[in-house]
Amino acid sequence: MNRTVAKEDLDSRIFNTINIILLCICTVIIVVPLWNVVISSLSSGKALAEGGFIFWSKDFSLENYRAVFNDETIGLAFLVSIAKTFIGVITHVFFCAMIGYGLSKKYIRGRKLYVAMGVITMFFSGGMIPTYLLIKSLGLLNSFWVYIIPALFSYYDVVILMNFFRNVPDSLEESAKIDGAGDWRIFLKIFIPLSMPAMATIALFNGVGQWNDFMTTKLYITDQALYPLQMKLYEIIVQSQTQAMQNVGGSAIIETTTKGVQLATIVITTLPIVVMYPILQRYFISGMMMGAVKE
Amino acid sequence: MDKLAVVPVNGKNPMNSKKPMGQRFKEFVIDYKRQWEIQSMIIPGIIFMIIFCFIPIYGLTIAFKSYTVIDTLDSAPWVGLDNFRIILSDKYFWDAVVNTLGISFLKLAIGFVIPIILSVMIYELSGGRFKKIVQTISYLPHFLSWIVLGGMLIAWFSSSGMFNEILLNLGIISKPVNILLDANKYWWIATLSDIWKEAGWGTILYLAIMSKIDPTYYEAAKIDGASRMRQIWNITLPNMKPIISLNLILTVSGLLGSNLDQTLVLMNSQNRVKAEVINSYVYRMGMTQGDFSYATAVGLGVSIVSVILLISANKVSNKLNDNQSVL
Repeated sequence: MNRTVAKEDLDSRIFNTINIILLCICTVIIVVPLWNVVISSLSSGKALAEGGFIFWSKDFSLENYRAVFNDETIGLAFLVSIAKTFIGVITHVFFCAMIGYGLSKKYIRGRKLYVAMGVITMFFSGGMIPTYLLIKSLGLLNSFWVYIIPALFSYYDVVILMNFFRNVPDSLEESAKIDGAGDWRIFLKIFIPLSMPAMATIALFNGVGQWNDFMTTKLYITDQALYPLQMKLYEIIVQSQTQAMQNVGGSAIIETTTKGVQLATIVITTLPIVVMYPILQRYFISGMMMGAVKE
Repeated sequence: MDKLAVVPVNGKNPMNSKKPMGQRFKEFVIDYKRQWEIQSMIIPGIIFMIIFCFIPIYGLTIAFKSYTVIDTLDSAPWVGLDNFRIILSDKYFWDAVVNTLGISFLKLAIGFVIPIILSVMIYELSGGRFKKIVQTISYLPHFLSWIVLGGMLIAWFSSSGMFNEILLNLGIISKPVNILLDANKYWWIATLSDIWKEAGWGTILYLAIMSKIDPTYYEAAKIDGASRMRQIWNITLPNMKPIISLNLILTVSGLLGSNLDQTLVLMNSQNRVKAEVINSYVYRMGMTQGDFSYATAVGLGVSIVSVILLISANKVSNKLNDNQSVL
């Protein structure tokens, strides 16, 4: 008996040690590259051209950030990103909650048809070109609203909210109805405050999506004034890539300047997400679970 | 109340088929009017779905037309399957198909297994702070956009970047190389960067399922003298089988739709031959070359194949899971 326990103990200890070592390696593989970007962005152009550092900058400098902040178009892009994320999230969550509330009532006329339509939108879409033609004919090309209006609705989010609203006790609604409240009033004054956790989850996912979205701009926007940070960054990347290829062995100075700006822009673009991350983390696991549970 | 939800089958309502059509319509109108306030919440959603989903589905008809910029959707002349015929003899399309399948296959072969292993490893940690730290860090890359990650990759792989520095120090290479300009390595870059970004995120669902496994199973196994590996093999993995097969079905159905953002940011003139995927080909043909009908036809073909893949993957998994459908 004792021998089995001892054997199991040893086996477990070896297992745990190997497990922890492997997970440490995994963590390092994720953290070191990210850290490298941050310290590279804080290096002078000269140090960047020479390279030779991984963990710590050779020549600390804020010149890249100065260059980025001096570029007015990047400041504008930052504002566009914030505006589209903020407005987009609020309208999206309200719109989906409104429809989800309506559909959560089993007695409404035409419910089966509405649900069927919603399910179709989950599996079929017209794809890139027909959607582009639609956006074009709606006059949304080169309009700020192209960030907001097509992103208003997602049937996945509607289903999540609908299920959440169903779990609110009926008696609350009934007593409000007896007091003479209409559906809108009940929705706005009772259900919305009660559903804050679910709505926050959807808001956070949608917010990350809006902040990171770049295809919308790439497809529908040509006006530079409406470029969000992601598109601005994409332009800088493409620009530096072409330059790097044209200057193979040529003037390295241009390359390193754009590289520095590129790195600083990457850090600035990611910063809001990293700052929001601790708040995000509270919600996204429950969000994943809610998303996995379908009607 | 239930009566209200009954939907007509073949124009006849099975619940009250005796009532004439006109009367049922009248009842519907009366109910609808009484529910107008709650219905007013749904109407915007219905209008949205019709405009932004159903009109583009109707717009797929241009795949069977010859659409030019001067046309409207309806004025363009029908050409039947001509666009599809051209696709079949288009060398660039088939290159894109090969790349899409190659990258997707690598992602499936490696990227599907790693989150499972990783989640088992995290699950086996006894808890505490280290577990939290590992989880927090592994989820983080998921929240970076492909544009940001693409920019990072370009910086890491540049001739003075981190990647070359490590290889030089380890003595693997003697001269810096930029592997982003090496077409033959692109599939691996696309695969591994995708895994780096999403592997940690992929563990969340698995970990949630594992936390529901009855701990007495493990206790019983321990008494029987089962090693830790044996416990994982005989308890943890069998318990995750349904969710793994569900994930596999969803992955298989997405085989042809590999990441457009990733390709757009990592593709350059040097690696294009190996980097072009179907989605980026649709983008290039449609948006930059203006061949809308052709691009739509490619997109439609891909969607149809994807649906077929989804259905067959589901069938196969039903067989494997003793006819218990996971979808």
